[in-house]
Amino acid sequence: MTVVPTNNLGLKRQDFLSTIDPKWCAGCGCYSVLRWLTGTFPTMGLPREKFAVISGIGCSSRTPYYVDTYGFHTVHGRAMTVATGLKLSRPDLSVWVMTGDGDALSIGGNHFIHMIRRNPNIKVILFNNQIYGLTKGQASPTTAKGKKTKSTPYGSIDPPIRPLSMAIAAGATFAARVADTDGQLMADVLQQAADHRGAAFVEVLLNCVIFNDGTFSHLTEKAVKQDTTVLLRDKEPLIFGNAKDRIVTIDGFRPQVQAHVPGGPLPQNALIHDVSVEDSSLAFLLSNMEHPDLPVPVGVFRRVEQTVYDDHYAPKGGDLTRVFRGSDAWVEDAAGHISLLGAQAAPASAA
Amino acid sequence: MIPQQFVHTIEEVDTVVIRFAGDSGDGMQLVGDQFTSTSALMGDDVATLPDYPSEIRAPAGTIGGVSGYQVCFGTSDVFTPGDSLDFLVAMNPAALRANMPFLKRGATIILNEDAFIARNVEKAGYTADPLTTDELANFRVLRVPMVKATQEALGAAGLSAKQVDRCKNFFALGLSYWLFNRDVKQTQRWIIKKFGNKPDVLEANQRAFEAGLQYGKDGKLVERTYATRAKVTPRGAGVYRQISGNTATAYGLLAAARRANLPLFLGSYPITPATDIMQVLQQNREFCNVLQAEDEIAGIGSAIGAAFGGALAATSTSGPGFSLKTEFINLAVMTELPLVIVDVQRAGPSTGLPTKTEQSDLLQALFGRHGESPLAVVSASSPRDCFDATIEAARIALKYMTPVVLLTDGYLGNGSEVWRVPELDELPVLKTHLVTNPEGFKPYTRDPETLARPWAAVGTPGLEHRIGGLEKEDGSGNISHSPANHQRMTDLRAAKIEKITQDIAPTEVYGDPNAPVLVLGWGSTRGVIEQAIGHLNKAGVPVAGAHLRHLNPLPPDLKALMQRYKRVLLPEINSGQLAYHLRGKYLIDIEQFNKVEGQPFRADEIEAKIRSMPEIKG
Repeated sequence: MTVVPTNNLGLKRQDFLSTIDPKWCAGCGCYSVLRWLTGTFPTMGLPREKFAVISGIGCSSRTPYYVDTYGFHTVHGRAMTVATGLKLSRPDLSVWVMTGDGDALSIGGNHFIHMIRRNPNIKVILFNNQIYGLTKGQASPTTAKGKKTKSTPYGSIDPPIRPLSMAIAAGATFAARVADTDGQLMADVLQQAADHRGAAFVEVLLNCVIFNDGTFSHLTEKAVKQDTTVLLRDKEPLIFGNAKDRIVTIDGFRPQVQAHVPGGPLPQNALIHDVSVEDSSLAFLLSNMEHPDLPVPVGVFRRVEQTVYDDHYAPKGGDLTRVFRGSDAWVEDAAGHISLLGAQAAPASAA
Repeated sequence: MIPQQFVHTIEEVDTVVIRFAGDSGDGMQLVGDQFTSTSALMGDDVATLPDYPSEIRAPAGTIGGVSGYQVCFGTSDVFTPGDSLDFLVAMNPAALRANMPFLKRGATIILNEDAFIARNVEKAGYTADPLTTDELANFRVLRVPMVKATQEALGAAGLSAKQVDRCKNFFALGLSYWLFNRDVKQTQRWIIKKFGNKPDVLEANQRAFEAGLQYGKDGKLVERTYATRAKVTPRGAGVYRQISGNTATAYGLLAAARRANLPLFLGSYPITPATDIMQVLQQNREFCNVLQAEDEIAGIGSAIGAAFGGALAATSTSGPGFSLKTEFINLAVMTELPLVIVDVQRAGPSTGLPTKTEQSDLLQALFGRHGESPLAVVSASSPRDCFDATIEAARIALKYMTPVVLLTDGYLGNGSEVWRVPELDELPVLKTHLVTNPEGFKPYTRDPETLARPWAAVGTPGLEHRIGGLEKEDGSGNISHSPANHQRMTDLRAAKIEKITQDIAPTEVYGDPNAPVLVLGWGSTRGVIEQAIGHLNKAGVPVAGAHLRHLNPLPPDLKALMQRYKRVLLPEINSGQLAYHLRGKYLIDIEQFNKVEGQPFRADEIEAKIRSMPEIKG
């Protein structure tokens, strides 16, 4: 069973905002996710009670309190397990997981991989701020190598995880990335995630104003973002730059940047995006593209149709007594005389 | 019932304990299973104890690879799989050597003599062939060339030597059927059902089974066979089957969900000796949702998610898995969601002895969590009792909106006995706190009788709310950091669990009620304690017994009951965990009796312990 959007129920964004004031820091990127998430819900044609917002622990995981739906603020790293159980027993619900880079990729790494690979119809938004915010500034699994934090005073020595690479390697059927500052793209990406049948994973590059301020400014500042990021469009080449004068080409397995004449012919080896190709190699390659050598892709990396896990879960009920009796039950009368039950009954005699 | 061709004398017996033992690959579990089903079907009571190594296949012929299946069958006194063996079927020297300590004096040993070659004798750790020394002088030894006889029977069946060798368990089974005058029809039908799609294997096993029977009929084994006496008191009219504790637990979950009119969800992860619960439910997916999760934590996490959505939710595990689940158990305590956590205890700590039994997770179940975290704990006392104990656990979970730990153990989970299959309408109807009315709804208001909060399942219009691990404000359920509120909520959570005592029936005392000694038990020790007390009472020794189902909260009459006796004896398969708890709670001293060998108590051990007490000796 799937969430079938019905007609517009007249619900607006404000109807999905709870009366509790968010306790995020002023200027936190989390507000942006809340803004666009509650903007997406009314488009799904479902009443509020059909939504469940499930979270773990961390700044991201406060979101359920601010959304006026059913919500569950669970334990650190485990939101995806709770969401999976809820979705499997209630396929009629729209289940959304709010998580962070520590929650999903460190303590909850195992659940992340396995939820993605099963492909239940659950939407996951990962607030990636490359830091532990709620515990006030320790290195997370996405913190850049060399970064000085309270727990890495001499610079982080751990190579960071790429959340999208992990999701794609685990078999994600929908994977996307968007910056917290790009409202228009976030609205589009969340809408596509909502419409996707299966697990949808969205990485939000999110600024932590207190403990990791500006960590993504090289990708989000107006002056540079056209040169450092590339918007992925299905079946289109990766053209970027303020003047649309650069293009990503592919040499063997290696993407590289070439000059491009805006409106001019494409080089033969231009990399053409394709969100729906079954093989995940292209999406994986895109997920590995990093600043400063290459533009960082944003938008939808992968969107393919595969069997949805919850479709396997449909108990019908029936005659339990038959189950309890099994194939070897017998009947005894009050005097202790024994006869076999049903199909197995055939004349029995001593050896 | 016994046809004419048996010219041998038949001795009537009450109860027999036999163990089939061989290499892990010898098919001894299958032999034991067949022998047990047939005995049950002939009207005998049965109790079984499979005893197998944790290795899949330890090196063939070694002690470490010995797999055994013990069954006690008969028409009276079948409380347990039996203390010691009347009969041992040993397929090789290692099986003989491993089981020598369990043999009664004068017991009968049926040996596969073909396996007693120098190499096997040495692998078993013997310095000399026990058939040539006086090692077996105190026993009746029946040597049977099982391999040669099987080969002879299969003759030109066109099977390889290895395949022929694998049929020798059916030869042993046939011979045992002859010796104990078992009905062959059920097993004959079973062989056809099991091997029907492999005609050559089918025929080979049939022939080996018949050859075993014929070997006996030809008078090659003994002059005298055995038959169990007809029952004095029949079991009562009804439908019966043989059932293991793990299957009974799985069925208990199905029954509870049906009687609560809820969908059933199990989140679980494979772990010995609990895996069967998940597998039995997987086989019945038309009745329930089962997730084989990526780990123990996800097993319980998914169950909590399902509970939030209005399912009867459960997770099943053993000690190490229980440890991993503890953080999530507290989330269920805090969010006051109904949840059944089944712990099929095994010998610990750490990996311990995975296939061996123990009762050593009691304190973990009662207290093994951070914070003030009360929850209900119940235990099962026999394989078939796992069914009723599971329904009781679910009943409490739903009525009091709380996680409930159900303690069984490897001995109960893998052991089996005869079970009267109940009709569904005989079982209690389980009430829930599901609500649908938005009028005045607050997620943490309380039912005055139970102190349970309302259960507003996701999807219910107008009841949208948020729950989580943070402390709640009494009533509204909003996050609260108020000191006074935390005290109040802590007290409320404890008071709610204490309320369960109102449902606990007066503790039943059996045996001699005026005895100086009360033997208290919990969990899987029930059979041996009852047997020991029965024997002692018959011999004129005054001793009483009581067995606990509810371990938290404890029965409200327990303290007064204990005070009525000069001394309370508490046998446990741990180092004294319930004794420790009761002493602290009631300030009453208790005589501990403990064993931690990975094996259940024997009734004679309990008997001897009771006899040795000053209050009994006088």
